Amino acid sequence: MTSSRARRRYSMAVLGCSAGYAGALFGATSYFKNHPDGRSLVAYIAAIVPALLIIGIFVAIGRYLVEERDEFVRMLMIRQTLVASGLALSLATLWGFLESFRLAPHVDAYWFAIVWFGGLGLGACINRFTLGREA
Amino acid sequence: MNNRLRALRAERMWSQQHLADQLDVSRQSVNAIETGRYDPSLPLAFRIAELFDLAIEDVFVSPSLVA
Repeated sequence: MTSSRARRRYSMAVLGCSAGYAGALFGATSYFKNHPDGRSLVAYIAAIVPALLIIGIFVAIGRYLVEERDEFVRMLMIRQTLVASGLALSLATLWGFLESFRLAPHVDAYWFAIVWFGGLGLGACINRFTLGREA
Repeated sequence: MNNRLRALRAERMWSQQHLADQLDVSRQSVNAIETGRYDPSLPLAFRIAELFDLAIEDVFVSPSLVA
């Protein structure tokens, strides 16, 4: 991939959010292990901070799409996000109906964000398959 | 969209990276355009044509003219 300024900023933001997420998730897990019935303000903060850091990655991707000046590279990322969104929304819809009719166990909604990130990887593979090795 | 970018670049003995630097795009963009896997936007097509001091139709072949 290109090493444009936008790309470097995006990589730094993703790295920062990922590291923060790992720390926040560890902190939240530890907190709720010690406060299993926690409903205080601290409990809400502990639960929300990991989510905010994941949202930070979404924001970083959006910002990258706005700032990337190389139109071909930008198109590659747009295609990846479309594949990721299609995959995650399709799975969420499918699972939602199965779960509603009690044909599938409950799955926490944040897993669909994880599927979305997997979809980015699938999108990159599709780019390479359809646009060549350099895509 | 077919184009003469590779031939024009070869005439000047420019590398893909050199052309990419002049166009302010990545080398992979130049490669994708040369191989016809990506059609550039009109502004980028104009930049490419102006860099070679040619008209757009001298660089890019109109799809409607291809049999």
